[in-house]
Amino acid sequence: MALMTLEDAIARHVKDGQTIAMEGFTHLIPFAAAHEIIRQGRKDLHLVRMTPDIIYDQVIGAGCARAITFSWGGNPGVGSLHRLRDAVEKGWPRPIEVIEHSHAGMAASYTAGASDLPFGMLRGYVGTDLSRVNPQVKSVTCPYTGESIATVPAMRPDLTILHAQQADRSGNVLLRGILGAQKEAAMAARELIVTVEEVVDDLHAPMNAVVLPGWIVTAAACVPGGAYPSYAQDYYARDNAFYVAWDEISRERNRFRRWMDEHVLGVRTHAAFLRGLGVASTRPPAEGAEVPR
Amino acid sequence: MTPAWTPDEMLTVAAARLLWDGCVCFVGIGLPSAAANLARHTHAPGIVLIYESGTVGTRPRVLPLSIGDGELADTATAVVPLPEIFAYWLQGGRVDVGFLGAAQIDRFANLNSTVIGDYSRPRTRLPGAGGAPEIATNARQVFLVLKQNPRAFVDRLDFCSTAGFLEGRGGRARSGARGAGPQAVITDLGVLRPAPDTEELQLVAHYEGVSIDQIVQATGWALRVADSVDVVAPPTDAELRILRDLHARTRAAHGRPVRVPY
Repeated sequence: MALMTLEDAIARHVKDGQTIAMEGFTHLIPFAAAHEIIRQGRKDLHLVRMTPDIIYDQVIGAGCARAITFSWGGNPGVGSLHRLRDAVEKGWPRPIEVIEHSHAGMAASYTAGASDLPFGMLRGYVGTDLSRVNPQVKSVTCPYTGESIATVPAMRPDLTILHAQQADRSGNVLLRGILGAQKEAAMAARELIVTVEEVVDDLHAPMNAVVLPGWIVTAAACVPGGAYPSYAQDYYARDNAFYVAWDEISRERNRFRRWMDEHVLGVRTHAAFLRGLGVASTRPPAEGAEVPR
Repeated sequence: MTPAWTPDEMLTVAAARLLWDGCVCFVGIGLPSAAANLARHTHAPGIVLIYESGTVGTRPRVLPLSIGDGELADTATAVVPLPEIFAYWLQGGRVDVGFLGAAQIDRFANLNSTVIGDYSRPRTRLPGAGGAPEIATNARQVFLVLKQNPRAFVDRLDFCSTAGFLEGRGGRARSGARGAGPQAVITDLGVLRPAPDTEELQLVAHYEGVSIDQIVQATGWALRVADSVDVVAPPTDAELRILRDLHARTRAAHGRPVRVPY
Protein backbone atom coordinates (compact mmCIF):
# COMPACT_ATOMS: atom_id res chain seq x y z
CA MET A 1 0.00 0.00 0.00
CA ALA A 2 1.14 3.48 -0.81
CA LEU A 3 -0.21 6.53 0.96
CA MET A 4 -0.40 9.31 -1.61
CA THR A 5 -2.50 12.27 -2.62
CA LEU A 6 -5.88 11.58 -4.14
CA GLU A 7 -4.75 13.34 -7.30
CA ASP A 8 -1.82 10.93 -7.68
CA ALA A 9 -3.89 7.86 -6.79
CA ILE A 10 -6.44 8.63 -9.53
CA ALA A 11 -3.75 9.64 -12.05
CA ARG A 12 -1.83 6.39 -11.54
CA HIS A 13 -4.61 3.85 -11.14
CA VAL A 14 -7.68 4.99 -13.10
CA LYS A 15 -7.56 4.39 -16.84
CA ASP A 16 -10.01 5.11 -19.63
CA GLY A 17 -12.32 2.20 -20.42
CA GLN A 18 -11.97 0.46 -17.05
CA THR A 19 -14.71 -1.23 -15.08
CA ILE A 20 -14.82 0.66 -11.78
CA ALA A 21 -16.91 0.05 -8.66
CA MET A 22 -17.17 3.02 -6.30
CA GLU A 23 -19.16 1.36 -3.54
CA GLY A 24 -20.75 2.44 -0.28
CA PHE A 25 -24.46 1.86 0.36
CA THR A 26 -25.74 5.36 1.14
CA HIS A 27 -22.88 5.58 3.67
CA LEU A 28 -19.15 6.22 2.91
CA ILE A 29 -19.72 7.02 -0.76
CA PRO A 30 -16.36 8.07 -2.26
CA PHE A 31 -17.45 11.44 -3.68
CA ALA A 32 -14.00 13.06 -3.49
CA ALA A 33 -12.49 10.30 -5.63
CA ALA A 34 -15.29 10.56 -8.20
CA HIS A 35 -14.80 14.32 -8.45
CA GLU A 36 -11.07 13.82 -9.07
CA ILE A 37 -11.91 11.29 -11.84
CA ILE A 38 -14.18 13.90 -13.42
CA ARG A 39 -11.49 16.60 -13.10
CA GLN A 40 -8.92 14.33 -14.73
CA GLY A 41 -11.34 13.69 -17.59
CA ARG A 42 -11.47 9.88 -17.61
CA LYS A 43 -13.59 8.45 -20.44
CA ASP A 44 -15.55 5.33 -21.42
CA LEU A 45 -15.79 3.96 -17.90
CA HIS A 46 -18.05 1.04 -17.05
CA LEU A 47 -19.47 2.17 -13.72
CA VAL A 48 -20.60 -0.43 -11.20
CA ARG A 49 -22.58 0.40 -8.06
CA MET A 50 -25.67 -1.03 -6.42
CA THR A 51 -27.12 2.47 -6.00
CA PRO A 52 -25.73 4.99 -8.52
CA ASP A 53 -26.73 7.81 -6.13
CA ILE A 54 -25.64 11.40 -6.78
CA ILE A 55 -22.04 10.24 -7.24
CA TYR A 56 -22.74 8.44 -10.53
CA ASP A 57 -25.34 11.03 -11.55
CA GLN A 58 -22.40 13.44 -11.57
CA VAL A 59 -19.95 11.09 -13.32
CA ILE A 60 -22.55 10.19 -15.98
CA GLY A 61 -23.61 13.81 -16.48
CA ALA A 62 -19.94 14.74 -16.91
CA GLY A 63 -19.74 12.28 -19.82
CA CYS A 64 -17.22 9.84 -18.31
CA ALA A 65 -19.29 6.64 -18.59
CA ARG A 66 -20.11 4.22 -21.41
CA ALA A 67 -22.01 1.66 -19.29
CA ILE A 68 -23.54 1.20 -15.87
CA THR A 69 -24.25 -1.92 -13.84
CA PHE A 70 -26.63 -1.19 -10.98
CA SER A 71 -29.68 -2.32 -9.02
CA TRP A 72 -31.47 0.84 -7.81
CA GLY A 73 -30.95 4.15 -9.56
CA GLY A 74 -32.90 6.80 -7.66
CA ASN A 75 -32.08 9.75 -5.44
CA PRO A 76 -32.80 8.03 -2.10
CA GLY A 77 -35.92 9.41 -0.46
CA VAL A 78 -36.17 12.19 -3.06
CA GLY A 79 -36.95 10.79 -6.52
CA SER A 80 -35.12 10.46 -9.82
CA LEU A 81 -31.47 10.77 -10.71
CA HIS A 82 -32.01 13.23 -13.55
CA ARG A 83 -28.59 12.86 -15.19
CA LEU A 84 -28.89 9.05 -15.22
CA ARG A 85 -32.38 9.39 -16.66
CA ASP A 86 -31.26 11.84 -19.32
CA ALA A 87 -28.48 9.46 -20.41
CA VAL A 88 -30.81 6.45 -20.56
CA GLU A 89 -33.84 8.24 -22.04
CA LYS A 90 -32.16 10.77 -24.36
CA GLY A 91 -28.55 9.64 -24.70
CA TRP A 92 -27.20 12.88 -23.14
CA PRO A 93 -24.34 13.66 -22.88
CA ARG A 94 -23.76 10.26 -24.47
CA PRO A 95 -25.73 7.01 -24.68
CA ILE A 96 -25.15 4.59 -21.83
CA GLU A 97 -25.42 0.82 -21.79
CA VAL A 98 -27.53 -0.41 -18.88
CA ILE A 99 -26.88 -3.72 -17.11
CA GLU A 100 -29.54 -4.02 -14.43
CA HIS A 101 -29.82 -6.35 -11.45
CA SER A 102 -31.63 -6.59 -8.15
CA HIS A 103 -29.72 -5.75 -4.95
CA ALA A 104 -29.51 -9.42 -4.00
CA GLY A 105 -28.20 -10.21 -7.49
CA MET A 106 -25.48 -7.54 -7.26
CA ALA A 107 -24.52 -8.77 -3.80
CA ALA A 108 -24.21 -12.33 -5.09
CA SER A 109 -22.19 -11.09 -8.07
CA TYR A 110 -19.65 -9.24 -5.89
CA THR A 111 -19.44 -12.18 -3.46
CA ALA A 112 -18.68 -14.56 -6.35
CA GLY A 113 -16.03 -12.15 -7.64
CA ALA A 114 -14.39 -11.92 -4.23
CA SER A 115 -14.45 -15.74 -3.97
CA ASP A 116 -13.08 -16.29 -7.51
CA LEU A 117 -16.14 -18.31 -8.49
CA PRO A 118 -17.52 -17.96 -12.04
CA PHE A 119 -20.99 -17.05 -10.84
CA GLY A 120 -23.06 -16.26 -7.79
CA MET A 121 -26.44 -17.77 -7.04
CA LEU A 122 -29.57 -16.77 -5.24
CA ARG A 123 -33.26 -17.47 -4.90
CA GLY A 124 -33.96 -14.45 -6.99
CA TYR A 125 -35.44 -12.75 -10.05
CA VAL A 126 -38.44 -15.11 -9.82
CA GLY A 127 -41.19 -14.03 -12.19
CA THR A 128 -39.52 -10.72 -13.09
CA ASP A 129 -38.75 -9.10 -16.44
CA LEU A 130 -35.22 -8.32 -15.18
CA SER A 131 -34.15 -11.80 -16.24
CA ARG A 132 -35.67 -11.10 -19.68
CA VAL A 133 -33.83 -7.83 -20.31
CA ASN A 134 -30.55 -8.80 -18.66
CA PRO A 135 -29.05 -11.83 -20.46
CA GLN A 136 -26.49 -12.15 -17.63
CA VAL A 137 -29.24 -13.55 -15.38
CA LYS A 138 -29.43 -17.30 -15.91
CA SER A 139 -30.10 -20.37 -13.76
CA VAL A 140 -28.59 -23.67 -12.70
CA THR A 141 -30.26 -26.86 -11.58
CA CYS A 142 -29.16 -27.84 -8.09
CA PRO A 143 -27.32 -31.19 -8.32
CA TYR A 144 -28.68 -32.22 -4.92
CA THR A 145 -32.33 -31.20 -5.00
CA GLY A 146 -33.09 -30.53 -8.66
CA GLU A 147 -34.27 -26.99 -7.83
CA SER A 148 -33.70 -24.19 -10.28
CA ILE A 149 -31.55 -21.42 -8.77
CA ALA A 150 -30.86 -18.04 -10.39
CA THR A 151 -27.26 -17.19 -11.27
CA VAL A 152 -25.35 -13.99 -11.98
CA PRO A 153 -21.80 -13.81 -13.37
CA ALA A 154 -19.03 -12.85 -10.96
CA MET A 155 -18.29 -9.14 -10.81
CA ARG A 156 -14.54 -8.52 -11.09
CA PRO A 157 -13.95 -4.76 -11.34
CA ASP A 158 -10.61 -3.54 -12.63
CA LEU A 159 -10.69 -1.15 -9.72
CA THR A 160 -12.80 -0.63 -6.62
CA ILE A 161 -12.77 2.71 -4.82
CA LEU A 162 -13.99 3.03 -1.23
CA HIS A 163 -14.10 5.69 1.45
CA ALA A 164 -13.48 4.66 5.08
CA GLN A 165 -13.06 6.27 8.46
CA GLN A 166 -9.42 5.57 9.17
CA ALA A 167 -6.14 4.14 7.93
CA ASP A 168 -3.02 3.58 9.97
CA ARG A 169 0.45 4.35 8.70
CA SER A 170 0.80 0.84 7.26
CA GLY A 171 -2.32 1.44 5.20
CA ASN A 172 -4.60 -0.90 7.14
CA VAL A 173 -8.11 0.48 6.70
CA LEU A 174 -10.96 0.42 9.23
CA LEU A 175 -14.62 0.74 8.23
CA ARG A 176 -17.58 0.91 10.56
CA GLY A 177 -21.30 1.57 10.29
CA ILE A 178 -23.42 0.55 7.34
CA LEU A 179 -21.14 -1.57 5.16
CA GLY A 180 -23.11 -2.25 1.99
CA ALA A 181 -21.11 -4.59 -0.25
CA GLN A 182 -17.86 -2.68 0.28
CA LYS A 183 -15.78 -5.57 1.54
CA GLU A 184 -16.96 -7.85 -1.28
CA ALA A 185 -16.34 -5.14 -3.90
CA ALA A 186 -12.86 -4.58 -2.45
CA MET A 187 -11.95 -8.27 -2.49
CA ALA A 188 -13.40 -8.79 -5.99
CA ALA A 189 -11.32 -6.03 -7.60
CA ARG A 190 -7.87 -6.26 -9.15
CA GLU A 191 -6.89 -2.94 -7.58
CA LEU A 192 -8.29 -1.05 -4.58
CA ILE A 193 -8.09 2.65 -3.79
CA VAL A 194 -9.32 3.86 -0.41
CA THR A 195 -9.80 7.42 0.77
CA VAL A 196 -10.06 7.95 4.53
CA GLU A 197 -11.19 10.62 6.96
CA GLU A 198 -7.91 10.48 8.84
CA VAL A 199 -4.63 8.64 9.19
CA VAL A 200 -3.90 7.50 12.73
CA ASP A 201 -1.05 5.76 14.54
CA ASP A 202 -3.26 2.95 15.81
CA LEU A 203 -6.71 1.92 14.54
CA HIS A 204 -7.64 0.48 17.96
CA ALA A 205 -9.85 -1.86 15.95
CA PRO A 206 -12.04 -4.12 18.06
CA MET A 207 -11.61 -7.81 17.36
CA ASN A 208 -13.84 -8.78 14.37
CA ALA A 209 -13.98 -5.20 13.15
CA VAL A 210 -13.96 -4.69 9.40
CA VAL A 211 -10.31 -4.08 8.60
CA LEU A 212 -8.89 -4.21 5.10
CA PRO A 213 -5.20 -5.04 5.56
CA GLY A 214 -2.78 -2.66 3.91
CA TRP A 215 -1.40 -5.35 1.62
CA ILE A 216 -4.71 -5.62 -0.29
CA VAL A 217 -4.96 -1.81 -0.62
CA THR A 218 -3.30 -0.52 -3.80
CA ALA A 219 -3.34 3.13 -2.78
CA ALA A 220 -4.75 5.16 0.08
CA ALA A 221 -5.31 8.89 0.37
CA CYS A 222 -6.33 11.01 3.31
CA VAL A 223 -9.37 13.08 2.27
CA PRO A 224 -11.36 14.45 5.21
CA GLY A 225 -15.01 14.86 4.28
CA GLY A 226 -14.40 12.60 1.27
CA ALA A 227 -17.85 11.02 1.51
CA TYR A 228 -19.77 14.31 1.61
CA PRO A 229 -22.73 14.77 0.81
CA SER A 230 -23.11 11.15 1.94
CA TYR A 231 -21.69 10.54 5.38
CA ALA A 232 -19.04 8.94 7.54
CA GLN A 233 -20.36 7.35 10.71
CA ASP A 234 -18.95 9.13 13.79
CA TYR A 235 -17.53 11.99 11.64
CA TYR A 236 -20.46 13.77 9.97
CA ALA A 237 -24.08 13.08 9.07
CA ARG A 238 -25.63 12.57 5.65
CA ASP A 239 -26.60 15.96 4.23
CA ASN A 240 -30.21 15.07 3.49
CA ALA A 241 -30.93 18.70 2.58
CA PHE A 242 -28.28 18.52 -0.14
CA TYR A 243 -29.83 15.34 -1.54
CA VAL A 244 -33.14 17.21 -1.72
CA ALA A 245 -31.45 20.25 -3.32
CA TRP A 246 -29.75 18.02 -5.94
CA ASP A 247 -33.15 17.33 -7.45
CA GLU A 248 -33.31 20.94 -8.69
CA ILE A 249 -29.59 21.37 -9.38
CA SER A 250 -29.51 18.32 -11.66
CA ARG A 251 -32.92 18.56 -13.31
CA GLU A 252 -31.85 20.71 -16.22
CA ARG A 253 -28.66 20.24 -18.28
CA ASN A 254 -27.33 23.80 -18.17
CA ARG A 255 -27.85 24.28 -14.48
CA PHE A 256 -26.15 20.94 -13.82
CA ARG A 257 -23.18 21.99 -15.98
CA ARG A 258 -22.88 25.35 -14.27
CA TRP A 259 -22.94 23.67 -10.87
CA MET A 260 -20.29 21.14 -11.88
CA ASP A 261 -18.14 23.89 -13.44
CA GLU A 262 -18.26 25.91 -10.27
CA HIS A 263 -18.06 23.25 -7.58
CA VAL A 264 -16.15 20.31 -9.10
CA LEU A 265 -14.21 21.41 -12.18
CA GLY A 266 -13.54 24.88 -10.74
CA VAL A 267 -11.71 23.59 -7.65
CA ARG A 268 -8.56 21.53 -7.26
CA THR A 269 -9.23 19.76 -3.97
CA HIS A 270 -12.05 18.30 -1.96
CA ALA A 271 -11.32 20.81 0.78
CA ALA A 272 -12.07 23.61 -1.67
CA PHE A 273 -15.26 21.78 -2.74
CA LEU A 274 -16.44 21.66 0.89
CA ARG A 275 -15.53 25.31 1.47
CA GLY A 276 -17.36 26.27 -1.71
CA LEU A 277 -20.55 24.70 -0.38
CA GLY A 278 -20.04 26.28 3.02
CA VAL A 279 -20.07 22.97 4.89
CA ALA A 280 -16.45 22.74 6.01
CA SER A 281 -16.35 23.29 9.75
CA THR A 282 -13.57 25.22 11.37
CA ARG A 283 -12.95 22.55 14.00
CA PRO A 284 -9.26 21.64 13.89
CA PRO A 285 -8.46 18.05 12.95
CA ALA A 286 -7.99 15.51 15.72
CA GLU A 287 -4.54 15.25 17.22
CA GLY A 288 -2.28 13.09 15.11
CA ALA A 289 -4.49 13.36 12.06
CA GLU A 290 -2.81 14.19 8.76
CA VAL A 291 -4.54 16.64 6.52
CA PRO A 292 -3.24 17.08 3.00
CA ARG A 293 -2.87 20.60 1.63
CA MET B 1 -66.33 19.66 6.50
CA THR B 2 -62.59 19.21 6.14
CA PRO B 3 -61.51 15.84 7.50
CA ALA B 4 -59.22 15.94 10.48
CA TRP B 5 -56.54 13.91 8.74
CA THR B 6 -54.96 13.62 5.28
CA PRO B 7 -55.27 10.61 2.94
CA ASP B 8 -51.55 9.92 3.51
CA GLU B 9 -52.11 9.82 7.26
CA MET B 10 -55.06 7.44 6.88
CA LEU B 11 -52.97 5.21 4.61
CA THR B 12 -50.07 5.19 7.07
CA VAL B 13 -52.33 4.40 10.03
CA ALA B 14 -54.18 1.62 8.17
CA ALA B 15 -50.89 0.06 7.08
CA ALA B 16 -49.38 0.29 10.57
CA ARG B 17 -52.36 -1.55 12.06
CA LEU B 18 -51.61 -4.63 9.92
CA LEU B 19 -48.28 -5.17 11.67
CA TRP B 20 -48.15 -7.01 14.95
CA ASP B 21 -45.96 -6.93 18.04
CA GLY B 22 -42.95 -9.19 17.54
CA CYS B 23 -43.35 -9.26 13.77
CA VAL B 24 -40.07 -9.31 11.80
CA CYS B 25 -40.59 -6.71 9.08
CA PHE B 26 -38.28 -6.00 6.13
CA VAL B 27 -39.04 -2.34 5.47
CA GLY B 28 -38.92 -0.28 2.29
CA ILE B 29 -38.18 3.44 2.46
CA GLY B 30 -40.93 6.10 2.39
CA LEU B 31 -44.52 5.21 3.31
CA PRO B 32 -43.72 1.64 4.48
CA SER B 33 -41.01 3.01 6.77
CA ALA B 34 -43.38 5.62 8.22
CA ALA B 35 -46.07 3.00 8.83
CA ALA B 36 -43.70 0.47 10.39
CA ASN B 37 -42.33 3.07 12.78
CA LEU B 38 -45.83 4.25 13.67
CA ALA B 39 -46.66 0.63 14.56
CA ARG B 40 -43.54 0.49 16.72
CA HIS B 41 -44.59 3.65 18.56
CA THR B 42 -48.18 2.46 19.09
CA HIS B 43 -49.37 -1.15 19.36
CA ALA B 44 -46.21 -3.04 18.32
CA PRO B 45 -43.27 -1.88 20.49
CA GLY B 46 -41.55 -5.22 19.97
CA ILE B 47 -41.64 -5.18 16.17
CA VAL B 48 -38.27 -6.01 14.59
CA LEU B 49 -37.45 -3.65 11.72
CA ILE B 50 -34.89 -4.69 9.12
CA TYR B 51 -33.76 -2.28 6.40
CA GLU B 52 -31.83 -3.58 3.41
CA SER B 53 -28.82 -1.43 4.33
CA GLY B 54 -28.06 -4.14 6.89
CA THR B 55 -29.64 -2.65 10.01
CA VAL B 56 -31.40 -5.31 12.09
CA GLY B 57 -33.77 -4.41 14.91
CA THR B 58 -33.42 -0.69 14.32
CA ARG B 59 -35.43 1.82 16.38
CA PRO B 60 -34.93 5.15 14.60
CA ARG B 61 -35.97 8.25 16.57
CA VAL B 62 -36.65 10.10 13.32
CA LEU B 63 -37.65 8.65 9.95
CA PRO B 64 -34.74 8.02 7.61
CA LEU B 65 -34.70 9.91 4.29
CA SER B 66 -32.52 7.24 2.72
CA ILE B 67 -32.44 3.51 3.34
CA GLY B 68 -29.01 3.93 4.94
CA ASP B 69 -29.21 7.02 7.17
CA GLY B 70 -26.86 6.88 10.15
CA GLU B 71 -29.88 7.00 12.45
CA LEU B 72 -30.73 3.43 11.37
CA ALA B 73 -27.26 2.17 12.28
CA ASP B 74 -27.04 4.15 15.54
CA THR B 75 -30.23 2.57 16.88
CA ALA B 76 -29.88 -0.99 15.52
CA THR B 77 -29.39 -4.22 17.45
CA ALA B 78 -26.90 -5.30 14.77
CA VAL B 79 -25.47 -3.80 11.59
CA VAL B 80 -24.52 -6.53 9.12
CA PRO B 81 -23.08 -6.47 5.58
CA LEU B 82 -25.58 -6.10 2.75
CA PRO B 83 -24.87 -9.51 1.13
CA GLU B 84 -25.61 -11.04 4.54
CA ILE B 85 -28.92 -9.22 4.96
CA PHE B 86 -30.19 -10.69 1.71
CA ALA B 87 -28.61 -14.15 2.08
CA TYR B 88 -28.88 -15.04 5.77
CA TRP B 89 -31.76 -12.91 6.97
CA LEU B 90 -34.14 -12.64 4.00
CA GLN B 91 -33.35 -15.76 1.96
CA GLY B 92 -32.62 -17.63 5.19
CA GLY B 93 -36.29 -17.32 6.06
CA ARG B 94 -36.18 -14.92 9.01
CA VAL B 95 -38.63 -12.33 7.66
CA ASP B 96 -42.38 -12.40 8.42
CA VAL B 97 -43.45 -9.39 6.36
CA GLY B 98 -41.93 -7.65 3.37
CA PHE B 99 -43.33 -4.12 3.41
CA LEU B 100 -42.96 -2.35 0.06
CA GLY B 101 -44.10 0.44 -2.24
CA ALA B 102 -43.91 0.66 -6.05
CA ALA B 103 -44.74 2.99 -8.94
CA GLN B 104 -47.28 0.67 -10.58
CA ILE B 105 -49.32 -2.40 -9.67
CA ASP B 106 -51.57 -4.71 -11.68
CA ARG B 107 -54.62 -6.78 -10.69
CA PHE B 108 -52.41 -9.67 -9.53
CA ALA B 109 -50.21 -7.36 -7.39
CA ASN B 110 -47.23 -7.60 -9.72
CA LEU B 111 -45.15 -4.41 -9.45
CA ASN B 112 -43.33 -2.09 -11.81
CA SER B 113 -40.64 0.23 -10.48
CA THR B 114 -38.35 0.08 -13.54
CA VAL B 115 -39.64 1.85 -16.69
CA ILE B 116 -42.67 3.45 -18.30
CA GLY B 117 -42.61 2.57 -21.99
CA ASP B 118 -40.20 0.24 -23.73
CA TYR B 119 -37.26 -0.97 -21.62
CA SER B 120 -34.61 -0.27 -24.24
CA ARG B 121 -35.92 3.25 -25.00
CA PRO B 122 -38.03 4.17 -21.97
CA ARG B 123 -40.35 7.15 -21.88
CA THR B 124 -39.64 7.39 -18.15
CA ARG B 125 -36.75 5.63 -16.51
CA LEU B 126 -37.76 4.85 -12.91
CA PRO B 127 -35.19 3.99 -10.20
CA GLY B 128 -35.48 0.21 -10.57
CA ALA B 129 -36.22 -2.82 -8.46
CA GLY B 130 -33.59 -2.58 -5.71
CA GLY B 131 -34.27 -5.19 -3.06
CA ALA B 132 -37.92 -5.75 -3.92
CA PRO B 133 -37.78 -8.83 -6.22
CA GLU B 134 -36.21 -11.00 -3.53
CA ILE B 135 -38.06 -9.40 -0.60
CA ALA B 136 -41.38 -10.17 -2.32
CA THR B 137 -40.47 -13.80 -3.00
CA ASN B 138 -38.61 -14.71 0.20
CA ALA B 139 -40.61 -13.00 2.98
CA ARG B 140 -43.46 -15.10 4.45
CA GLN B 141 -45.94 -12.51 3.20
CA VAL B 142 -45.92 -9.06 1.64
CA PHE B 143 -47.84 -5.86 2.37
CA LEU B 144 -47.86 -3.14 -0.30
CA VAL B 145 -48.59 0.57 0.06
CA LEU B 146 -49.39 2.74 -2.97
CA LYS B 147 -51.48 5.80 -3.69
CA GLN B 148 -54.43 4.71 -5.79
CA ASN B 149 -55.02 6.30 -9.21
CA PRO B 150 -55.36 4.94 -12.75
CA ARG B 151 -51.70 5.72 -13.58
CA ALA B 152 -50.48 3.59 -10.68
CA PHE B 153 -53.17 0.87 -10.75
CA VAL B 154 -52.82 -0.27 -14.35
CA ASP B 155 -54.37 -2.89 -16.56
CA ARG B 156 -50.98 -3.94 -17.94
CA LEU B 157 -47.55 -3.27 -16.46
CA ASP B 158 -44.91 -1.99 -18.87
CA PHE B 159 -42.37 -4.03 -16.92
CA CYS B 160 -42.63 -6.59 -14.13
CA SER B 161 -39.94 -5.64 -11.60
CA THR B 162 -41.34 -7.71 -8.75
CA ALA B 163 -43.64 -10.72 -8.78
CA GLY B 164 -46.97 -10.73 -7.01
CA PHE B 165 -49.27 -13.54 -8.14
CA LEU B 166 -48.00 -13.39 -11.75
CA GLU B 167 -50.97 -14.51 -13.90
CA GLY B 168 -52.99 -15.60 -10.85
CA ARG B 169 -54.71 -18.94 -10.12
CA GLY B 170 -51.55 -20.50 -8.68
CA GLY B 171 -49.09 -18.87 -11.09
CA ARG B 172 -46.95 -17.65 -8.25
CA ALA B 173 -46.73 -21.05 -6.56
CA ARG B 174 -45.80 -22.67 -9.89
CA SER B 175 -42.98 -20.14 -10.42
CA GLY B 176 -41.07 -21.38 -7.40
CA ALA B 177 -41.54 -18.14 -5.46
CA ARG B 178 -41.60 -18.79 -1.74
CA GLY B 179 -43.86 -17.06 0.75
CA ALA B 180 -47.55 -16.33 0.43
CA GLY B 181 -47.02 -13.15 -1.61
CA PRO B 182 -48.94 -9.87 -1.30
CA GLN B 183 -51.69 -10.33 1.28
CA ALA B 184 -52.76 -6.68 1.49
CA VAL B 185 -52.50 -3.58 -0.65
CA ILE B 186 -53.10 -0.47 1.44
CA THR B 187 -53.90 2.66 -0.56
CA ASP B 188 -54.97 6.19 0.25
CA LEU B 189 -58.59 5.12 -0.43
CA GLY B 190 -58.94 1.64 1.06
CA VAL B 191 -57.56 -1.88 1.28
CA LEU B 192 -57.36 -4.60 -1.39
CA ARG B 193 -56.67 -8.27 -0.78
CA PRO B 194 -56.25 -11.21 -3.17
CA ALA B 195 -59.33 -13.35 -3.81
CA PRO B 196 -58.69 -16.88 -2.54
CA ASP B 197 -59.28 -18.68 -5.86
CA THR B 198 -58.18 -16.30 -8.62
CA GLU B 199 -55.60 -14.38 -6.56
CA GLU B 200 -56.93 -11.21 -8.22
CA LEU B 201 -57.00 -8.17 -5.95
CA GLN B 202 -60.42 -7.18 -4.66
CA LEU B 203 -61.60 -4.29 -2.58
CA VAL B 204 -62.23 -5.42 0.99
CA ALA B 205 -62.31 -2.12 2.89
CA HIS B 206 -62.59 1.61 2.33
CA TYR B 207 -61.97 4.66 4.47
CA GLU B 208 -64.62 6.96 5.90
CA GLY B 209 -65.73 9.53 3.36
CA VAL B 210 -64.48 7.46 0.38
CA SER B 211 -67.07 5.71 -1.80
CA ILE B 212 -66.63 2.32 -3.42
CA ASP B 213 -67.36 3.92 -6.78
CA GLN B 214 -64.53 6.41 -6.22
CA ILE B 215 -62.11 3.53 -5.63
CA VAL B 216 -63.30 1.68 -8.73
CA GLN B 217 -62.79 4.89 -10.75
CA ALA B 218 -59.25 5.22 -9.37
CA THR B 219 -58.34 1.77 -10.68
CA GLY B 220 -57.09 1.12 -14.23
CA TRP B 221 -58.82 -2.24 -14.48
CA ALA B 222 -62.36 -3.41 -13.65
CA LEU B 223 -61.80 -3.71 -9.90
CA ARG B 224 -63.66 -6.52 -8.20
CA VAL B 225 -65.43 -5.67 -4.97
CA ALA B 226 -65.73 -8.26 -2.20
CA ASP B 227 -69.22 -9.36 -1.13
CA SER B 228 -68.80 -7.51 2.09
CA VAL B 229 -66.71 -4.34 2.27
CA ASP B 230 -65.61 -3.02 5.66
CA VAL B 231 -65.10 0.56 6.68
CA VAL B 232 -61.67 1.15 8.21
CA ALA B 233 -61.88 2.93 11.56
CA PRO B 234 -60.53 6.48 11.29
CA PRO B 235 -57.19 7.33 12.92
CA THR B 236 -57.37 7.68 16.68
CA ASP B 237 -56.16 10.86 18.34
CA ALA B 238 -53.16 8.95 19.67
CA GLU B 239 -52.23 7.54 16.24
CA LEU B 240 -52.40 11.00 14.65
CA ARG B 241 -50.46 12.68 17.42
CA ILE B 242 -47.67 10.09 17.35
CA LEU B 243 -47.45 10.13 13.55
CA ARG B 244 -47.37 13.93 13.39
CA ASP B 245 -44.74 14.09 16.13
CA LEU B 246 -42.64 11.59 14.19
CA HIS B 247 -42.88 13.66 11.01
CA ALA B 248 -42.14 16.89 12.90
CA ARG B 249 -39.01 15.38 14.52
CA THR B 250 -37.98 14.09 11.12
CA ARG B 251 -38.36 17.49 9.41
CA ALA B 252 -36.33 19.15 12.15
CA ALA B 253 -33.56 16.56 11.92
CA HIS B 254 -33.34 16.63 8.13
CA GLY B 255 -33.22 20.42 8.08
CA ARG B 256 -30.30 20.60 10.50
CA PRO B 257 -27.17 21.89 8.72
CA VAL B 258 -24.36 19.37 8.29
CA ARG B 259 -20.83 20.42 9.14
CA VAL B 260 -17.89 18.41 7.89
CA PRO B 261 -14.90 18.56 10.25
CA TYR B 262 -11.91 19.58 8.27
